Amino acid sequence: MKCGKCKDKAVINMRQHNIGLCKMHFLAWIPEQTQRFIDKYSMFSTSDKILVAVSGGKDSLALWDILSLLGYKADGLYIGLGIDGDVNYAIESLYYCQRFAKEHNLNLITVDIEEEHGISIPQIAKKIQRGKDKPCSICGITKRHTMNRIAREQNYDVLATGHNLDDEAATLFGNTLHWQAQYLRRQNPVLAASESGLARKVKPLFRFYEREMAAYALLRGISYIYEECPFSAGAKSLFHKQLLNQLEYEQPGAKLQFYLTFLNAKETGIFTPSKQKPAELNICKSCGQPTSAPELCSFCRIFDSMQK
Amino acid sequence: MKKKPFSAKIILRKEVFEIRAGMDLRSALQKLEIPSQSVLATCNGVLITDDEIIKPNDVIQLIAVISGG
Repeated sequence: MKCGKCKDKAVINMRQHNIGLCKMHFLAWIPEQTQRFIDKYSMFSTSDKILVAVSGGKDSLALWDILSLLGYKADGLYIGLGIDGDVNYAIESLYYCQRFAKEHNLNLITVDIEEEHGISIPQIAKKIQRGKDKPCSICGITKRHTMNRIAREQNYDVLATGHNLDDEAATLFGNTLHWQAQYLRRQNPVLAASESGLARKVKPLFRFYEREMAAYALLRGISYIYEECPFSAGAKSLFHKQLLNQLEYEQPGAKLQFYLTFLNAKETGIFTPSKQKPAELNICKSCGQPTSAPELCSFCRIFDSMQK
Repeated sequence: MKKKPFSAKIILRKEVFEIRAGMDLRSALQKLEIPSQSVLATCNGVLITDDEIIKPNDVIQLIAVISGG
């Protein structure tokens, strides 16, 4: 296959765009497109201070790389969750983030949950009923809470995550299967900051396929953790991704269309406003972060119960 | 196991598959029931597209790209 721009040998075939690109043009195309999406969805500007949530995986490190290439002021935030899974997952994922930060002379903020709270995420999952033997739900709560806390405490204008199109389409698919209207209404590449203290959140890679992000990381020489989170085996989102990829194989562009037409449908008013009154956000009495609960937020409820 | 003539190898994580040379990567992945969207392929360290014709003795390394949970 030849590059659609220069006729050199292509290194990637993007069937949804009906184009293949060589290494040079693909490495130029990804940041160009990212900039286009940042502008189109008014995500942030070069004067904004950006906090990129990094996990040591391909997507978040690729995002950090792209934003730095584009000239944005972007610091990284790594949250140590204490997940080991006999593969040194936490140690390795931190290693790749530190290595990337050092090689690119970027600032990495590290938060270690066990150091701060005396207990790791898998240990909490074992102690309480939530999530049975899997800590995914507690892990999600902890990450969201910590990202928001750091963004607020250190005055970041925006929090950027490395979610790609496959992540977004799988989430949409799962929410649609169960008609989770409240989640469908909220799913967006940009979530505005709230007066109650939720930081602005953006997903600049949301139009790229996961495969393209892996190719970008590989071609840019970004070292990332190849091992999966040991708790991700059997996750529904992975199954949904597989299903969508089967569809994509038969109908190139199906994943992209699924998500983009959803965004468009929302724009044109497919969802009527909820009849339920939007949950009023309160201030958590322990940490001061916004919460829909009347007293303590989910994070503080979990961690406070560990002290007892 | 004795190597068949005109064969090539495809490696995904710890699994090694032996396949017939002469077909394109897309057909080989289909035969092995590996969804092409879920992997990238490299040959001699270079990323290749799925229309690449597999040559005898090629060693194609697949990189799983789907993550999350």
